[in-house]
Amino acid sequence: MKDDQNGKSPIVEMIGITKQFPGVLANDNVDLELFPGEVLALLGENGAGKSTLMNILAGLYRADKGKILIKGEEAEIDSPKDAMKYGIGMVHQNFKLVPTMSVAENVVLGLDSENFVLDLQKVSSRIKEISHHYNLKVDPNSIIWQMSVGEQQRVEILKLIYRGAEVLILDEPTAVLTPQESGELNRIVKQMTGEGKSAIFITHKMDEVMEFSDWVRVLQKGKLVSVVKTEDTSPKELSRMMVGRDVLFRVEKKKATPGEVILELENVKAMNDKGLEALKGISFSLRRGEILGIAGVAGNGQRELTEVITGLHKVTEGRIIIDGKDMTNKSPLDLIKSGVSHIPSDRVAMGIVGDMSVANNLAMKEYRKAPLTQHGILNPGRILEMAKKMISSFMISTPAPYTSVKFLSGGNIQKTILAREIGACSTLLIAAYPARGLDVGATESVRKEMIAERDGGKGVLLVSEDLDELMSVSDRIAVMNEGRIMGIVDSAEADIESLGLMMAGVPMEEGK
Amino acid sequence: MRLVFEKRNSVSKKAIILVPVVSFLVSLILTGILLIIFRTNPFVTYASMFVGAFGSWINFTETLVKAIPLMLTGIGVGLAFRLRFWNIGAEGQLVFGGVAATWVALFWSNFLPPFLVLPTAILMGIIAGALWAGIPAFLKVYLKVDETLVSLMLNYVAILTAQGLYYGAWIDPNGMGFPGTKLFPKAAWLPRFSGRAHVGLFIAILLGLVMWVVLNRTKWGFEVKMSGHNPRAARVMGVNIGKTIITAILVSGAFSGMAGAFEVTAISHRLQQGLAIGYGYTAIIVAWMAQLNPIASLFVAVLMAGLLVGGDQVQMMMGLPAAMGIVLQGMILFPMLAGSLFTDYRLKIITKSTKEEAV
Repeated sequence: MKDDQNGKSPIVEMIGITKQFPGVLANDNVDLELFPGEVLALLGENGAGKSTLMNILAGLYRADKGKILIKGEEAEIDSPKDAMKYGIGMVHQNFKLVPTMSVAENVVLGLDSENFVLDLQKVSSRIKEISHHYNLKVDPNSIIWQMSVGEQQRVEILKLIYRGAEVLILDEPTAVLTPQESGELNRIVKQMTGEGKSAIFITHKMDEVMEFSDWVRVLQKGKLVSVVKTEDTSPKELSRMMVGRDVLFRVEKKKATPGEVILELENVKAMNDKGLEALKGISFSLRRGEILGIAGVAGNGQRELTEVITGLHKVTEGRIIIDGKDMTNKSPLDLIKSGVSHIPSDRVAMGIVGDMSVANNLAMKEYRKAPLTQHGILNPGRILEMAKKMISSFMISTPAPYTSVKFLSGGNIQKTILAREIGACSTLLIAAYPARGLDVGATESVRKEMIAERDGGKGVLLVSEDLDELMSVSDRIAVMNEGRIMGIVDSAEADIESLGLMMAGVPMEEGK
Repeated sequence: MRLVFEKRNSVSKKAIILVPVVSFLVSLILTGILLIIFRTNPFVTYASMFVGAFGSWINFTETLVKAIPLMLTGIGVGLAFRLRFWNIGAEGQLVFGGVAATWVALFWSNFLPPFLVLPTAILMGIIAGALWAGIPAFLKVYLKVDETLVSLMLNYVAILTAQGLYYGAWIDPNGMGFPGTKLFPKAAWLPRFSGRAHVGLFIAILLGLVMWVVLNRTKWGFEVKMSGHNPRAARVMGVNIGKTIITAILVSGAFSGMAGAFEVTAISHRLQQGLAIGYGYTAIIVAWMAQLNPIASLFVAVLMAGLLVGGDQVQMMMGLPAAMGIVLQGMILFPMLAGSLFTDYRLKIITKSTKEEAV
């Protein structure tokens, strides 16, 4: 392969990397090569071992076997500091920034090279230089918590450049970004590689692989299954390599047979947590046996919308009618009792109690009622029995029903939530980003469950950023922008361009 | 050779038991070093502490006397801690319980039929403890005021209020200026069964068992667990977090209030100096060492009480400060907190040879 590189020698080589975690072989004899000035995409399903491999390179984990060569010489990387010494820096999915400190302070945090008395003036001017050079638009004096997610990511990148990184590792960098911000990131990475730096990014989005990278390495269950040049492959081929079988990007579903109206919003307004108006008069209706998709860039009121319907957020004006009853500003418990189920956007923070068992997590909706509770006394035997049924019918992979749910993978955590919510659902299913961050197999099963709920005569509200998902799963799509609905279209007639226009804030009538 | 922490793939049951036991042993070693600095043989000291606390039935009853308030406050504090509600006000709740029981014993005895005096005194103690704990709970739930400071500060309010009463308004006129109320009428005495050990012991044990059942087998206990581990998720699941916190903290305070009522009705038979001697703070160690388990709290309370009684003993026998027992108690907390790491992680030793083997 070195010949393909016109005689260039790799900057990073990982040879025969093996890493064993309790119960999982996360990396099994994996090789990696990265050449200067190139972008390598690391592709694979959840749990394929991409993050583990990169954490080894960045000094957070240590491989059980194998070696790492930097510019041809064997390197001992025991800590992120060691990695930085070799010019390797990683931007993690959850940023490692101190929210109450400024950009400049965050950049120098933990640097040995700084004097005991900080010269923040000098640091600021260096930051401005870098920021100007890469057109990052970062002000060294901004406080982190006041910045958007995209800006914070740029600070992370800036931090690494400041420290002299030659190799940038990005762990699912676009998962939190708007399309515009993704484009911006692409531009920055391209400029850096143009200067001879290189980047590795972890992803499971095919279109990004095609757009960003020069090379693709595909991992499957800890093993390296293929290495291809991006220009020689296609998304379809990549997805086959990822899962080892062809994936249906189009979900099979029957035509919807909508029944009576199950959810109706009349001019609903609500504030966000900062006291700004987040919903500015939302009206729509959803019928039984129908999936209504909510499209839009994150942060345009979707969260508030799902939370007002589930009782977690107060409505300041307007009415919410569920199954003919006025449920405006009712408590979460009242809504649960009326059969509304909720798959929350932040599944670990809002959807599970990590320190409790899988069985108990599965019982968290039904525990109030017989047969799980009688006269206020729980029946652990019946909880276990119900859990076992759910675990087998939803194929939740867990060592035992009494294992703490925090020890499961993201996909299995989502299946746990899905099993519980679908079990308790009788009128409405509110699903916020249900397939986000899941691998292809888990995504498929989540989508199938939603269609099954629709066919079972329930109303489904599906909030998603993934237009492909919305167009294939939902029956109608409403597009949100800045707290308003820009238009509602039939998914059969929807096209990406007109949806994109509405997402950008152009109402449907004007768009046409 | 290197040591690495590796995340376990399930919570270790063994570690849950081993960590407190090892922590206790570590605290014995650390305090032993201190004793050597004092030019005292640690083994002799520990032996005489043990004999002092558990060596004879008479000594053991004294240990039980101190164990009863520790059991009750330990269970109460443990319940609050399950909700991540840092109630460090058990001391004040205990004192307020004692004050309320005293009020009934001194001033209601003439109006109540004799068989109702004692139950009423204890009930009032329970209510007073609950209400005293309720203040930080309401402030936290409705105004988001930090409960740690409020519950701590209220200790001083309660202790000084009690002092104000037994030095002033409630002082025994025939007590020759001795700070304390007059002796309670016999109807307000909680019966003792041996030495000073009183029937409060059986009530505390029973309540420990009941509490375990409530936490593990009831809807309310399930909601306490959910709210404690992840309040955001609990709210999504329809749990009323505010209500759960308030009810649990009222119960938490009730336990401490009951402990205070027992102290005045069974031990001193009057309100006087010596009610606030730190049971409410030791309760924090009891709760942690028992890993917030109410049944385990019963046993840990006996151990901690043994340290207190044993400490008194070495003061008398060997001229060492009685605080030795309290030093030992304090020393337990450090390895406990560090050791809780082992329930989620395991230590792995990597030597060159195992690495080569792996290759």
